[in-house]
Amino acid sequence: MTTTALPETLRGIIEDFQSVPDPEKLELLLEFSDELPALPERYAGHEDEMEQVIECQSPLFLAVELHDAQDRDPRSPGAGPASPDSIVRLFISAPPEAPTSRGFASVLAQGLDGLSAETILAVPEDLSSRLGLQKALTPLRLRGMSAMLGRIKRNIADQLAGQPAG
Amino acid sequence: MTTTADTAGVDEFSGYAHPDKLVSTQWVADHLQDEDVVVLESNEDTLLYSTGHIPGAVKIDWHTELNDPVTRDFIGPEEFARVVGSKGITRDTTVVFYGDKSNWWAAYALWVFTLYGHPDTRLMNGGRDKWIAEGRETTRDVPQVSPAEYPVTERDDTTERASRDDVMGHFGKPLIDVRSPLEYTGETTHMEGYPQEGTLRGGHIPTAASVPWAKAANEDGTFKSREELEQIYTVDAGLGESDDVVAYCRIGERSSHTWFVLRHLLGYERVRNYDGSWTEWGNSVRLPIAVGEDRGELPR
Repeated sequence: MTTTALPETLRGIIEDFQSVPDPEKLELLLEFSDELPALPERYAGHEDEMEQVIECQSPLFLAVELHDAQDRDPRSPGAGPASPDSIVRLFISAPPEAPTSRGFASVLAQGLDGLSAETILAVPEDLSSRLGLQKALTPLRLRGMSAMLGRIKRNIADQLAGQPAG
Repeated sequence: MTTTADTAGVDEFSGYAHPDKLVSTQWVADHLQDEDVVVLESNEDTLLYSTGHIPGAVKIDWHTELNDPVTRDFIGPEEFARVVGSKGITRDTTVVFYGDKSNWWAAYALWVFTLYGHPDTRLMNGGRDKWIAEGRETTRDVPQVSPAEYPVTERDDTTERASRDDVMGHFGKPLIDVRSPLEYTGETTHMEGYPQEGTLRGGHIPTAASVPWAKAANEDGTFKSREELEQIYTVDAGLGESDDVVAYCRIGERSSHTWFVLRHLLGYERVRNYDGSWTEWGNSVRLPIAVGEDRGELPR
């Protein structure tokens, strides 16, 4: 299994998961779950304006902003148009009573936030299996994480194509 | 402290057929220190226990601990004895199960313990959500468990469990399909929000009555009253005085909840959970299927 094509932060996270035995993988996922950042003010309480990841078993919402090279959000005056070089800002909300989904969300938020649109679009689809959680979690859970990544990518691709996100 | 839980909850749950199978959150709070009581948390989300649980409660994972990792079946007698003993449970222990989603997975774990004939199993009414809603204490501390000797006992796969062949031989007697209405009619092959546990064919086992499992639960996750449950199952679903009922869902977990209701709250003498459920039936070649809202014809 090669991880050379992965962005550095994400590669580090995957290596952390791969380096510990199975029971500790779940503890690590719990740590990520605890670390999921709260939504910024513009999204908090506005989950209806975010994209729901319906593949997950719990209510999980995400927002993807393509910022320009100066990290200006697309709504701010003078912000450049979305391009493959845009800086992607990820915002994900998942309830505390769904710690596994929260953990995945946090892995993606920490591993992908701040990367370029182009870099994220190139992240391999099998990310969830690279974490080595196949034994500890049901296939359904792992597919939930794939779905999250898939939606982030599609959201970025839509914005690059000039279509409204979501 | 000594206790036997013989009289636990009898007042509160005396309307049910087997009141000793349910305990209240207060009962659990009062008996956490009892040496002959072990509280097991069984959740759909395996990380939930680690985010905070009832002090002293031990985690049991339905996926990694109760299912065989290779064959689609439950673990065998030796492994069951090892897993259960590792949680400090002896054959004399009162095992109280609770969990998320109205005790859905707690009922599943309890049912597996029943297959192995564990004498004293109970559900904490209302489950994890009720405990938390009442503002009761939770902790992230995992208790230090002294392993106990649990005897290797045979699993009984005939009394409370039904196989596909058992269902074929059951036609003419009541079947309960506890999945969502759209799964029952065949419009979808999975439940809403669970799109990956699909099957090749949609629909239901002919003659099965549709009673989604959650009908048995109140908003707070507790079970409905005996009278309400009788209206739902005995009257509306037409179980009547039947002495032989089979319940199924998609993989056998939601129907464990219904199995518990029929077997212990309503007191039906013979209730079997068909754990192969729709993921087996709807993928099997040449088995009869009915679609739409009608129960369908009795297969010849």
